[in-house]
Amino acid sequence: MNMVSEIFRPERVSPAGTPAALRTAVEAGTDAVYCGFRDETNARNFPGLNFSPAELTASIRFAHEHGARVLVAINTFPRAGAERLWHDAVARAEDAGADAVILADLGLVAHAAAKHPKLRRHLSVQAAASNPDVIRFWADTFDIKRVVLPRVLTVPEIAAINLEISCETEVFVFGGLCVMAEGRCSLSSHATGKSPNMNGVCSPPSHVLYKEEGADLVAELGGWTIDRTPKGVPAPYPTLCKGRFSAGDYSGHVFEDPVSLDAAQLIPPLIEAGVTAFKIEGRQRSRAYTQAVVGAFRKAIDDHVAGRPIASDMTMRLAEGQTTTAGAYKKTWR
Amino acid sequence: MTAVTASNPTLVMGPVLYNWSVDAWVDFHARVADEIDVDRVHVGEVVCSKREPFFADRLPEVIERLQRGGKTVVVDTLALVTVKRERQLVNDLAALDGVEIEINDLTPLAALDFGRRFAVSPLVNVYNEGTLTFLASRGAWSVCLPPELPLASVEVLARTGARLGVETQVFAFGRLPLAISGRCYHARIHGLAKDSCRYVCSEDPDGLEVDTLDGEAFLAVNGVQTMSQDCAVVMDELDALVAAGVGAFRLSPQTGDMGAVARAYRDRLAGRIDGTEAMARLASAGLTMPIGPSMMSRAWTPASQPGR
Repeated sequence: MNMVSEIFRPERVSPAGTPAALRTAVEAGTDAVYCGFRDETNARNFPGLNFSPAELTASIRFAHEHGARVLVAINTFPRAGAERLWHDAVARAEDAGADAVILADLGLVAHAAAKHPKLRRHLSVQAAASNPDVIRFWADTFDIKRVVLPRVLTVPEIAAINLEISCETEVFVFGGLCVMAEGRCSLSSHATGKSPNMNGVCSPPSHVLYKEEGADLVAELGGWTIDRTPKGVPAPYPTLCKGRFSAGDYSGHVFEDPVSLDAAQLIPPLIEAGVTAFKIEGRQRSRAYTQAVVGAFRKAIDDHVAGRPIASDMTMRLAEGQTTTAGAYKKTWR
Repeated sequence: MTAVTASNPTLVMGPVLYNWSVDAWVDFHARVADEIDVDRVHVGEVVCSKREPFFADRLPEVIERLQRGGKTVVVDTLALVTVKRERQLVNDLAALDGVEIEINDLTPLAALDFGRRFAVSPLVNVYNEGTLTFLASRGAWSVCLPPELPLASVEVLARTGARLGVETQVFAFGRLPLAISGRCYHARIHGLAKDSCRYVCSEDPDGLEVDTLDGEAFLAVNGVQTMSQDCAVVMDELDALVAAGVGAFRLSPQTGDMGAVARAYRDRLAGRIDGTEAMARLASAGLTMPIGPSMMSRAWTPASQPGR
């Protein structure tokens, strides 16, 4: 056999909030897309987004014809007394020909492993599997093939995890940034009664109110003041953990500045750390965003594989004027 | 007097979630052992592994004192386990004899022998019957449900627990644990990094209040943990919860008179006082924070389901 030594080419996993966005991502050259059903079973349960079962079937056919895989996120925590909805979602994903399901709930993973053994299972970031022991528990007990790592780990910690586990890892490289361990945060629930875990929404638009007070524009979430900016200055969306508050003598962004994640420059060390797949956040974003960001990351990985440096300004314009951060991947973030 | 005496619910003192001084922590547990009317007591560091070494030496004596006081002792594992030392701590606890273990994430399931029983903390996501059933099959004997769950879910899970022979427990009193992070907010607020935090969280034995810019009491930070600023109280719901089969109620330690808090719950659960009297007693228990409702009684409204 004539083997040529190659630099490992990681998988790009792109968001698809709608069938149109899925086509855009596939045409922009993504290796895989992830998407969800139009209900509370997925963690981007926003109006106007997501897929009906028929749309999913057609979209998977399109993706497969173009050599891309489709991962279906069923990554909220099933409601007691209503688990059937989530069980049906897993069955529908398998019927539609999904390449994998992305699950977070222990009970749902157990159900999928027992009832749909041939359907490939990925562990959602919402399961917050943060060390080799717990990852081995998931992999050994339920034959989980890939774990999406929570955004609390540094690159060296990710490398150490990959040395001790046998399943694949996937990490977020671009987009919105949770500052809490994912799936272990009920801040949105506290402020609005709606949460990522139960409803698939965080800081939902239905609970946002902007109002003028004197010279200020006040951004409220569930009646709580999340930010206050002078009129005329662009007001950030009141995502709870990116808001400004006061604590003791401190006043400002207690949890995180209004930044988004950009780990493009960390692609080489993350590949070195054994990461299989790079994920882009943003199922709620526009097709234009999807096209631009998928293209940018395609180029970044092509450049890396070809031995070229990754352009440093590549993704900045996509962050829409927001500051970006490498988040927990760098230890100083903590 | 309205009675909630259908069963005899267990009162549980949760683990101290804050970074108290070692002396204050030892004194508190001595008081729990000798004076406070609870059946079960949790010890062990849940929030931050950097705090753990300060308490490790005194833990055996505290456990022994509590057991002599007639309490069942449960040792908690860490909530967020990433580095080797944290994994080792979890493995050591999983092998500990003579006490019960409570898991705060799923990491210990990799280390616990099949058949070793364990309790499950409110920081583990138990939202439905499937998860409860799986955990029971691995040895869970008690599950304290996440405070985010609405009453309707708690009732379903309490019935499921009764069928499986697993105690269901409700977080009934204390600042609510809302989130856990890799980042330390106490350090960040003080302009420090987590690795050089100077243990500033020890300055705030009930956590550090986070108010909105309009001065509303909103949240509290406790190192890497974010909590509600209110001390959330489950009181009006006790009848329904006991009727549904909830077997235990957790009181989460705050500074203030936890003995008075425990007596208020014990008397209320025994039907000796009504809810108004119990709330009046909590209001005069010397708490440093406002008392507020739990998340449990919010009406359950599924998010909009466009297209359905």
